[in-house]
Amino acid sequence: MIAVNANLTSSAYLISAVLFIFSLKGLASPTSARLGNTLGMAGMVLAILTTLFVGHHLIYSLVGFAILSGAIVGVLAAKRVPMTKMPELVALMHSFVGLSAVLIAIAAVYNTAETHTAVQRIELFIGAFIGAITFTASIIAFGKLSGKFSSKPIVFNHQHLLNLVIALLLLGFGIVYYIQDSQFAFLIMCALALVLGITLIIPIGGADMPVVISMLNSYSGWAAAGIGFTLNNSVLIIAGACVGSSGAILSYIMCKAMNRHILSVMLGGFGGDSAIDTAANSAQKAVKSGSADDVAFLMTNADSVIIVPGYGLAVSRAQHALQELTSKLISKGVHVKYAIHPVAGRMPGHMNVLLAEADVPYEQVVEMEDINNEFGHTDVVFVIGANDVVNPAAKKPGTAIYGMPILEAYKAKTIIVNKRSMAAGYAGLDNELFYLDKTMMVFGDAKHVIEDILKAM
Amino acid sequence: MNELLTMQNITIFVLAIFVGYHVVWNVTPALHTPLMSVTNAISGIVIVGAMLQTVTIDGETLNLTSILGTIAVFLSAINIFGGFMVTRRMLEMFKKKDKHIPEQSK
Repeated sequence: MIAVNANLTSSAYLISAVLFIFSLKGLASPTSARLGNTLGMAGMVLAILTTLFVGHHLIYSLVGFAILSGAIVGVLAAKRVPMTKMPELVALMHSFVGLSAVLIAIAAVYNTAETHTAVQRIELFIGAFIGAITFTASIIAFGKLSGKFSSKPIVFNHQHLLNLVIALLLLGFGIVYYIQDSQFAFLIMCALALVLGITLIIPIGGADMPVVISMLNSYSGWAAAGIGFTLNNSVLIIAGACVGSSGAILSYIMCKAMNRHILSVMLGGFGGDSAIDTAANSAQKAVKSGSADDVAFLMTNADSVIIVPGYGLAVSRAQHALQELTSKLISKGVHVKYAIHPVAGRMPGHMNVLLAEADVPYEQVVEMEDINNEFGHTDVVFVIGANDVVNPAAKKPGTAIYGMPILEAYKAKTIIVNKRSMAAGYAGLDNELFYLDKTMMVFGDAKHVIEDILKAM
Repeated sequence: MNELLTMQNITIFVLAIFVGYHVVWNVTPALHTPLMSVTNAISGIVIVGAMLQTVTIDGETLNLTSILGTIAVFLSAINIFGGFMVTRRMLEMFKKKDKHIPEQSK
């Protein structure tokens, strides 16, 4: 009887793991993505039902209550969150996975009905510390993304040494727990991991967030897998490993799009130092600034326009106004396209989601590799709240962003740049693009500027 | 016995990393955000671990383990429902756009 049950359980978990894999597979292309999402839900329902059937001594009332209240909170949050807030939401949800993993590990350590073998103690240790780091790091990332904390990198002397000391202490208490099975040592270890999550993330600045958020995505998967090892549960291991490698791939893609090494991103502090001499330089150079009327004139008389959106678009929630602008231009016979840099915004795919929300047709949105050779024969490029991703300094050896692939906006006949001020971009670098003779700067909040342009048309 | 089990787990783990790698490698950049939110929902699978800690111990219902377990179930449920719902919402927006595309591929 028990043997049959065990086989049945394993099969159910296996099916649910396979459903998760198909779910990720589905997300690879727009045509199969919705099916993928549904398969993921099916896998989750199966896993939860199976656990309800096979768990010993489960307290059904508490489980049911917790799932129901979690469902209400989750659904409400998912329905209400504006698309501009997606990065924050994702960061917050990573923190939940992290915290759950820590709580589960502590619950298991304090579970007097269970004894843990040496191997299981190692597994609990790993699951708990990855979970704890994921939790606090995601909270800090959430704070930086939502503007609750400054998104500037926080750096101080001996920062890396401090991290190393905390990590060694953490390992030390982990070993004490391993040898003595001491609950107290386990708690200290968790507390140290929570601190480490904070100290690891504070030196990383706002525009490196696409890497950080993908990495935390990856960590949340590893944490789930770690818990799976402790429970000898294959669905947790498989789902966790898939999520972990998915996040790792995204981090890699983001790093490549910034031409930075993942280690340099993690060590942080990027963009802090060079800002001073930049300010001195730019004071001497003059920019040409124009009004919304000038922009309206230039654009309506153009044959082709490419729009380069950046984080500034998300900040001022200008995507709907922008879409209105493009449809007006298209109705006047202008060819309009959007050029998306892989790290534009604060999370992978951020711009695509914003534009999708504003009903921008799919074929107007073009990725960097596919659009770069079009800038040369484009009349007007309209850069909105983007800076480093169009900075020609990336082509010059010796600059901080040398080698980073950029959108070659400087090749266009006329360039219009909307920014709030002349402040340097995230990399702290001056942007030559702004000083070109063919460049016109339009200062102001993206949404207001776009609305003014619309009025002037 | 126990070591054998651990080895099996490691095998599953390593193979699953490769599966994840191959499945996700070709995701189109436009879908990176939905991919993150769906993986977010899937990492909510820790709910299984959380449920297995929401247990009576020696007949006692309220103990540290069951309380922590309940909180963990609650948090992972937020992730699961929130993650899948928000993914669906985003994909609906992408779908609206599909209608604009003339049916050339079919």
